[in-house]
Amino acid sequence: MALPQRKTDIGPPNYKQFLPPVIQKNYGKWKYHEVINPGSMVHVAESGDKLWTVRVASPRLLATDTIREHCDIADKYCDGFFRYTTRNNVEFLVSDEKKLEPLKKELKDKGFKMGGIGAGITNVVHTQGWVHCHSACTDASGIVKAMMDELYEYFESKRLPNKVRLAVACCVNMCGAVHCSDIAIVAVHTKVPTIAHENFKNMCELPTVIGSCPTRAISPDPAQKSVKINPEKCMYCGNCFTVCPPISIKDPERDGVAIVVGGKINSLRTNPKFSKLVIPYISNEPPRWPKVVAAVKHIIEVYAKNARKHERIGEWIERVGWERFFSLTGIDFTFQAIDDFTFMRDTLRTASTFKW
Amino acid sequence: MAGKKYNTPLIDELEKGPWPSFVTEMKKAAKNNEMANDAVGHLEKCYSTRVGYWKHGGIVGVLGYGGGVIGRYSEIGNEFPGVAHFHTVRINQPSGFFYTSKALREICDIWDKYGSGLTNVHGSTGDLVLLGTKTDALEPIFAEYSSRGWDLGGSGSALRTPSCCVGPARCEWSNYDTLDLTYALTQEFQDELHRPTFSYKFKIKSSGCACDCVAALARADLSIIGTWKGDIKIDQSEVKNYAKTMDINAEIINMCPTGCMSYDGKELKINNAECNRCMHCITRMTKALKPSGERGATLCMGSKAPIVVGSLLSWVIVPFVKLEPPYTELKALIRKIWDWWDENGKPRERIGEVIEIKGMRSFLEAIGVPPQPQQIKEPRKDPFMFYTDDDIAAYKAKEAEEKKTKKYKF
Repeated sequence: MALPQRKTDIGPPNYKQFLPPVIQKNYGKWKYHEVINPGSMVHVAESGDKLWTVRVASPRLLATDTIREHCDIADKYCDGFFRYTTRNNVEFLVSDEKKLEPLKKELKDKGFKMGGIGAGITNVVHTQGWVHCHSACTDASGIVKAMMDELYEYFESKRLPNKVRLAVACCVNMCGAVHCSDIAIVAVHTKVPTIAHENFKNMCELPTVIGSCPTRAISPDPAQKSVKINPEKCMYCGNCFTVCPPISIKDPERDGVAIVVGGKINSLRTNPKFSKLVIPYISNEPPRWPKVVAAVKHIIEVYAKNARKHERIGEWIERVGWERFFSLTGIDFTFQAIDDFTFMRDTLRTASTFKW
Repeated sequence: MAGKKYNTPLIDELEKGPWPSFVTEMKKAAKNNEMANDAVGHLEKCYSTRVGYWKHGGIVGVLGYGGGVIGRYSEIGNEFPGVAHFHTVRINQPSGFFYTSKALREICDIWDKYGSGLTNVHGSTGDLVLLGTKTDALEPIFAEYSSRGWDLGGSGSALRTPSCCVGPARCEWSNYDTLDLTYALTQEFQDELHRPTFSYKFKIKSSGCACDCVAALARADLSIIGTWKGDIKIDQSEVKNYAKTMDINAEIINMCPTGCMSYDGKELKINNAECNRCMHCITRMTKALKPSGERGATLCMGSKAPIVVGSLLSWVIVPFVKLEPPYTELKALIRKIWDWWDENGKPRERIGEVIEIKGMRSFLEAIGVPPQPQQIKEPRKDPFMFYTDDDIAAYKAKEAEEKKTKKYKF
């Protein structure tokens, strides 16, 4: 069958055609919203119109048949209108209150998981991992699944002092920009890359490879028409591998994950913050990464016990001090936690006013 | 389908437990699709050896575009022929991720015909990601989607697909129309989106308020954060209602970062001149508190993940802009920003890194933005600084004026 005529540079379809009538009518005129429970909320417009949202978890990696199931449900209860969130949840948009409970019942009967709104744990921002990425040092989807199984009660019902945003990056490229999360898992390489020198001159540009290194560990190796890497300077970021395929960095025995905590994006109360390193290395342990999951759960439980209402993890830690975070959690303090890359001047302590 | 049946004891473990399983999704697609079936076997192998097998992306795409498709090949394509080519197609999502069932069914039907049936809804940047197809299917895929009104998103050293929060479509806090702005900018910059000509990627994200639901401040080269200039209006009767269930002094007054609020058990007061618009009180008492007056956004720039020289959060560049269609000033400013980056950036330098290297002054002067205390947390500490002849001449002229008027102007 002949293909239809292609069009270029048309851009995305106009979003207006996908907005339900209640939104078209009340666009920009919402008055307030109330969280009914972790799985649903209602927005009330100045006109008095109401829009109910039912939020459902998704593994982000979806088969087309699952998207069709979302479509079927939206047809039945939402006149075909629904949306997804930046954190990969599905949101069914209900303008007829009579359809709300039947929708929830059907979602429950079909095994969809409702939750994620408010001061708990919502879906996890993450990267492709072994499923589809060339530079992955772990499988992001697998860690997310194992972690959320363990933390599931915080998605569905159990509350925390404030929301805890989780993220997983399968290498330091951090496609998901996980570096401002309450708790993020960042997969790391830990060995100096090897170089297939014989392929270098055909596949790589010398200045690009030298320029790719943030620690200036790479210098020319004229004898081999290649480069050499200074092991005392290399921090295993993998950027040289990204620009030059004959450089290899993956290592099944040494690749693992680090855990960073205390980041936030919003400006509520305190400014946005980066997440900071607390656990430098845990071995990859597929399929369920038990030590990683236990570490995340432990940090959340210590936070839940010690933080004040509305404090995010980073705000709680800044109030009590990082030395107290390490003593409360019992996490070993390591050399890796002391910055020797770009933030040393900002992060070393310059007063004797610390806690024992 | 008569595909090879893979034994997958390791990833089967990830079908257990309450959280929805991506492995179940992969197997669901694998029932009708040979590529998805081999993706299942391929992933099981990764789990058994603890290493990935995807090669660097090759240069594949559709005619006339330099991006939108990410080439992906397996090192072990002989063993798993269904994923020997397994390219990603990025479909530019509609603003706010709103869909109708009709639109998504159409997307699914085309994808089942030409690809693996696997998707990411959505990728981290915001595109609707179609995961896994072969090179010779790319042109048909593009013809099918584009003829039905869908275009490809960005990839490589180009403008990446802009994205935004839910904004005025379903939020009372949005200070500008994030959906409309995102649509307008995406349409304006189609060339920059589809044909990579930049030093590296450039991301634009729009959040309607300081809650920043798309994490613009952490991951967009241009982060557009909604804000306002007027007072916070107070509905004292709603404050009374909140007081029934909330300790207003502990939860609101004492958590205000500027100490500009007070509550005596009867009346809530805000010294608006000292408010820094952080949104804490408004988010906790949304029925009682509402911004008023001029609405717009703060333009911040430079944020990125750690590659290459460390992660950055965006810096305040323009403290306040009004954002109203057709957004002529913002579009012109973005072009100026790109011109400066183009002049000064080396390959794989994000704009934040180039600003660090060249200095904020060079950047601000190039885009015509004056220095303002809102741009910094604190001024320079060490007195190592550049003076141009014009700077000194201006300071001298000011002193000459002071001698005339007999009044210092610091």
